[in-house]
Amino acid sequence: MRKTPLFLQHQSANAVMASFAGWQMPMHYGSSVAEHHAVRQSAGMFDVSHMTVCDVRGADALAFCQRVLANDVGQCVIGHAMYTCMLNEQGGVIDDLIAYVMPALTSGQASVQHIRLILNAGTFEQDMAWLREQSQTFEVTLDLPEGLAMLAVQGPQALAICSAVLPAELADGLSSMRPFQTHCASVEGQDWQVATTGYTGEAGVELVVPAAQVMALWQALLGAGVQPCGLAARDSLRLEAGYALYGQDMDQNTSPLVSALGWTIRWQPERDFIGREALLAQKAAGLKEHLLGVILVDRGVLRHGQTLTQAGQTVGVITSGGFSPTRSVGIGLARLQKTVQVGDTVETVVRGKTLSLEVVKPPLIKQGK
Amino acid sequence: MSEILSELKYTETHEWLRCDEANTVTVGITAHAQQQLGDVVFVELPQVELRVDVGDSCGVLESVKAAGDFYAPIKGHVVAVNEALDENPALINQDPYGDGWLIKIELDDASQLEALLDAEAYTQLVG
Repeated sequence: MRKTPLFLQHQSANAVMASFAGWQMPMHYGSSVAEHHAVRQSAGMFDVSHMTVCDVRGADALAFCQRVLANDVGQCVIGHAMYTCMLNEQGGVIDDLIAYVMPALTSGQASVQHIRLILNAGTFEQDMAWLREQSQTFEVTLDLPEGLAMLAVQGPQALAICSAVLPAELADGLSSMRPFQTHCASVEGQDWQVATTGYTGEAGVELVVPAAQVMALWQALLGAGVQPCGLAARDSLRLEAGYALYGQDMDQNTSPLVSALGWTIRWQPERDFIGREALLAQKAAGLKEHLLGVILVDRGVLRHGQTLTQAGQTVGVITSGGFSPTRSVGIGLARLQKTVQVGDTVETVVRGKTLSLEVVKPPLIKQGK
Repeated sequence: MSEILSELKYTETHEWLRCDEANTVTVGITAHAQQQLGDVVFVELPQVELRVDVGDSCGVLESVKAAGDFYAPIKGHVVAVNEALDENPALINQDPYGDGWLIKIELDDASQLEALLDAEAYTQLVG
């Protein structure tokens, strides 16, 4: 069981720990609902050091990423990031990830030399096996840097607090950053990265910093009033925001086109990315399902795998289920037949009782409500 | 390690039991149980007068993470349920041994109490 560089901090903060993808991770620090509210109302921080950082470098860094990723990294200028799926030849999702076109620490860099991929912890083996196999015909190196920690700071006050707390080398540029940008700086001789990305639906940053320096950063953020948040809050936040979770909403056997991820596929300019032919064939055959949001009208909590019916017929299944602390209702994402539309009512049975759900277009909350 | 009160009795399914007067006991779930469950958002409590036996499911605690039954530690009939939990299920997380109590049972046979775990035995179980 692996521990992140912040393990002792979690213990000091009375985290309830559990194992996740081979790592000892904080589930919550007393109340995941309170942590959830903190992110929506002020600022929370998440240890995401368990996720995989893969640095792609070399003359073919761009070409390689344009081949293995379904979104087009070629559309990103240096210092920008992009959310994308990585597909197999059948058009199934191997993982979803963010690709960062990394700035060089010395200025004047014209061409893309370094793309950083941050991938899910649970898919580490399949991701790296796939990337290594596909990289054979490209002039690239794939590096899994050691000694890093990752921290996400999210919420309406996250950027202001980080501007005050982060080293000046990083804080200075923060207020002018737009969403999905990334900066790097050398702090005491070590590389720090900040990106305006996140998984909560709030503004904020994700930081990749040396493990030796993350404990002091955590303490400083704690001192500034940032709430430590665990994986339980991470899940309720992303679900409210309508973000897919790999392994629940999609997997190797699922197409992005039935997972509300069609928008992440970049078709033009024409590019031979892996999975392209399979997706074209799926579109030609006609897609029969789509992924939408559902809100429980009755009291309850939704769970992955619950069957959804309409007029007594099975019409779909809950892929991600949970509870919205913001709205105090059960919410979920569901894969439904295309005949079921936004505004429809569907049913599910929980412990012998039939409950009604409203089908909605994600996100499950709007403007933090 | 979460709180375990020395004056209470416990079950292997993480309920606690407190002896009140007149053959009545109060039942809830332990601090350990609420911590594992996460924030409780809905509670299904039994009807008053329900007859229960040791190990019978008495209701459901639904958290953001999972739904779990809670069980009768003793044979008897339900004489009261904590109606405050309907509006405020978080009491179970905030005060599991006090305001987060679940039900009261009037027991049939006080000697059944001996079969329950004492604080030390429960500490071993969750330690």
